[in-house]
Amino acid sequence: MTPPIVFPGYPRPDGTAGTRNILLVLPTVACSAHVATQIAQAVPGAIALPHQHGCAQIGDDADTTLRTLAGIASNPNIAAVLVVALGCEQVQATDLAHAVRQAGKPVETLGIQQAGGTSAAITRGAALLQQLAAQVADQRREPCPLDRLILATECGGSDAFSGLTANPLVGLIADRAVDAGATVIVSETTEFIGAEHLLPPRGATPEIGRQARQMVIDCENTCCRYGADLTGSNPSPGNIEGGLTTIEEKSLGCLCKAGSSPINQVLPYAQRPTTHGLVLMDTPGNDVESTAGMAAGGASLILFTTGRGTPLGCPIAPVLKIATNTPLATHMAENIDFNAGLIADGKLSMDKAADALWQLTLAVAAGRLTAAERLGHREFGIRRTAPTL
Amino acid sequence: MSKAPRSRRAIVLDPADHVATALVPLAAGQVVDGITLAADIPAGHKFARRAIPTGTPVLKYGQPIGRATTPITPGQHVHTHNLISARAGSGN
Repeated sequence: MTPPIVFPGYPRPDGTAGTRNILLVLPTVACSAHVATQIAQAVPGAIALPHQHGCAQIGDDADTTLRTLAGIASNPNIAAVLVVALGCEQVQATDLAHAVRQAGKPVETLGIQQAGGTSAAITRGAALLQQLAAQVADQRREPCPLDRLILATECGGSDAFSGLTANPLVGLIADRAVDAGATVIVSETTEFIGAEHLLPPRGATPEIGRQARQMVIDCENTCCRYGADLTGSNPSPGNIEGGLTTIEEKSLGCLCKAGSSPINQVLPYAQRPTTHGLVLMDTPGNDVESTAGMAAGGASLILFTTGRGTPLGCPIAPVLKIATNTPLATHMAENIDFNAGLIADGKLSMDKAADALWQLTLAVAAGRLTAAERLGHREFGIRRTAPTL
Repeated sequence: MSKAPRSRRAIVLDPADHVATALVPLAAGQVVDGITLAADIPAGHKFARRAIPTGTPVLKYGQPIGRATTPITPGQHVHTHNLISARAGSGN
């Protein structure tokens, strides 16, 4: 029997392991974003997560924002969290702090109104952040089995090569990761439209297969309810220039990222999986909101394929960028970590490419910086399901 | 993919497919896998490998990717000018 594959990661009390060790300064609401950003400058490497949400939201939309922020704060890559509140907002600092404590990590909270204004809050916050940094200063990487790893997959700025090279390649990586005990999240419900009939046979149970198909039908119905179609949106003008004509064609290529493992769970946006293996998450095709949702679901490393050249990163997780074609890998070389275009060029077999990408994935999990990290990309956005009121 | 018939210039993903995908930019008049191209085909774009009547589901990956909006003859570029989605409010 082969020994389990391990990677040097940061083991967390909740059974996961981080690929990074981040001190997070998390605003509860848009109103505290500036103060949070200023506080983060007090400790080198600390990351603030400014966002536009946290107040005047209703129902499922409010729940989604709270779940996303709590999930981000509990992500395996987070060492400790300073929650920065305003004081009168809808998202409560105590709820976010509770989520962090449940994940077994140090957390402090701070309110701008309580502190007496912007400057006082920044001064007080900087001191709290220094204390948190000291508490986690001794954390080191340790060998962690891959069943502690939650891997995410994403395709953005797709072209017709996505479904030929990079997405099937990521599917092979997903299969290897699942075989090694990891959890792999596949998302982008919009980009299952036209391929949903392939999902039910993939379900680990008939009920999971039914849920997977229903998730896609609900997404399509949402589009139709607005009296609109996807023309001009998905496929996007860039997708079309890259040879993708319809959402069906794009979806069939997108689904290649899911490899061949059974689907073990179907998750709402930003929900942490409760199982290992392959899971689907209901996210928009929008890359920023989709990657944020998977990070909130605990993903600590994101495999991202692109045909047009999407530089996107994630504030709290490394994004490993895989080009679908060689002209892109050449033209935007600084944004690309791996060139799957060599497969279409006939210069690299799919299996050899999978070996190389698997090694690179493990290296990134162990700390190797990705192009998006080196370039400072930290795009972040939360899915909205209702208007601001 | 590994079992699909393949040349260096174009790929057919499933034997049932109506379309092939150019792997490199192809020029009108070139003969690719026995099909004479009726138009320039950019890399990644599709050309018909058989006749497709109006309204027919067009197959790629062995799956429907939309419907033909005009009769399409072998070698023609297959894209937004002659293929439309049948889903999410499109094509109705």
